[in-house]
Amino acid sequence: MMELNKRYDFILFFDVKDGNPNGDPDAGNLPRIDAETGNGLVTDVCLKRKIRNYVGLAKGEQPPYEIYVKEKAVLNDQNERAYKALGVDLSQDTGKRKGGDKVEEARKWMCQNFYDVRTFGAVMSTGINCGQVRGPIQLTFARSVEQVVSLEHSITRMAVATHQEAEKQGGDNRTMGRKFTIPYGLYRVHGFVSAPLAKQTGFSQEDLGLFWEALQNMFEHDRSAARGLMSSRRLIIFEHTSAMGNKPAQELFDRITFSRTSDGPARDFSDFNIELDGNKLKDFKTIVSV
Amino acid sequence: MSWCLEVWGDYACFTRPEMKVERVSYDVMTPSAARAIYEAILWKPAIRWHITRIDVLEPIKWISVRRNEVGKIFTGPTQAHLDGRSGDPMGFAVEDYRQQRAGLFLRDVRYRIHAWFEFIPQEKRIRNKSVTPEFWADSEEASQFVNANENEGKYAAMFERRARKGQCFHRPYLGCREFACDFKLVDPSHDLPPSIEKTDDLGWMLYDLNFEDPQDPQPMFFRALLENGTINTDRNSVEVRG
Repeated sequence: MMELNKRYDFILFFDVKDGNPNGDPDAGNLPRIDAETGNGLVTDVCLKRKIRNYVGLAKGEQPPYEIYVKEKAVLNDQNERAYKALGVDLSQDTGKRKGGDKVEEARKWMCQNFYDVRTFGAVMSTGINCGQVRGPIQLTFARSVEQVVSLEHSITRMAVATHQEAEKQGGDNRTMGRKFTIPYGLYRVHGFVSAPLAKQTGFSQEDLGLFWEALQNMFEHDRSAARGLMSSRRLIIFEHTSAMGNKPAQELFDRITFSRTSDGPARDFSDFNIELDGNKLKDFKTIVSV
Repeated sequence: MSWCLEVWGDYACFTRPEMKVERVSYDVMTPSAARAIYEAILWKPAIRWHITRIDVLEPIKWISVRRNEVGKIFTGPTQAHLDGRSGDPMGFAVEDYRQQRAGLFLRDVRYRIHAWFEFIPQEKRIRNKSVTPEFWADSEEASQFVNANENEGKYAAMFERRARKGQCFHRPYLGCREFACDFKLVDPSHDLPPSIEKTDDLGWMLYDLNFEDPQDPQPMFFRALLENGTINTDRNSVEVRG
């Protein structure tokens, strides 16, 4: 396991076509929209959920890549596991010590076994005051680069759920439903990786590689009727040379510009040009040293 | 020695302690949130940050966001887990502990925060259980072994260097970690964007937590008066009640 000793700031562009990237529970599951600007939103927690699901799938829920906060879909059989076999050597601290020492031990153990704990952090009840882990990775809300519109579709179902419903309709047995989509939206999310916090949780260079992989593939394993076509498009990683970094993040993010290649409403990724210092980005992942 | 940082971001949530289930933000940044921004850039056991003034540079605007959250705290491993014996597996399915919570956040915020740090002599420091050894930004910092000839000026220079380069220990944020912010060190004697023209009594606001007893931190409050877009948070002139 290689220690992480550089700071990273990154931007991920992802898009959605005829789908609902993130429903708003406050608005009857309409896509989240900033009411003042009309830009679409996707919350940070929505993306973190997908990253957890991807890592859970890719690593089969085995330590050290277990996922603590699971979604039902990825729950699989969990057997007893020899955690000790991982080389979690804590046994030299035998004997009954104060609770305070136990907190440290438990925290370390959690970080070693659970990918989401050492990546995003966790609030744990084991401590009196210090049972908290702060993870190195911080995501912001994703925001669409242009305004989005949400369309409402009425759909029918050629069946009913209950007998009462069938009787009410006189045997017609049809119900109506609604779904919402965004015809097209390109979203941009900013993220930060803190090397000093990575040191505290044991988040390694390999973990970071898995994180980039998750960003690329998370939508590929999140297909559903609601989502439509979602995919990660461009990931631009600014790699600093030191743990504290070399430059302010805003200066780096400003180097990314986007423009339109067509007029009218955008309906495809090819309607956009994403540029780094004026050069068009072609590959999914671009690492920029700063 | 005092500094002035300009910080800005798309969203912010300085949660009112009385409304933290469905979070409602204070109208402006709290001194404790401002302190955390300085600490994200530089903190050592030898220093304690004090926020003296907060200038509000953008009008106060709101946004409501409802999110699916989890109503469960992580449980730590049991002795059986640590020993590798069989037992209940850890982790939980989020669908079983679902809570939908709305939040009333601030949007498009920009503040100027003025602060200074107090140097705490070695013998007066509260021993803090540090998870990792001291952390140095680059070889320049590491080469000056800090405890050997410790003084205030060294930390002042370290902070200034980091802030100027945009270096930070972790990305600073406006109340919650998803609301990351940008920062820059500014010289208050230069021409700077003016504060908003608003004078208001914002009522009692959280000042900070008193960590004198680390096991049981106590909240402290102050009367936040917005005068021409500026809040005086200097403890020498503002009454802070525990």
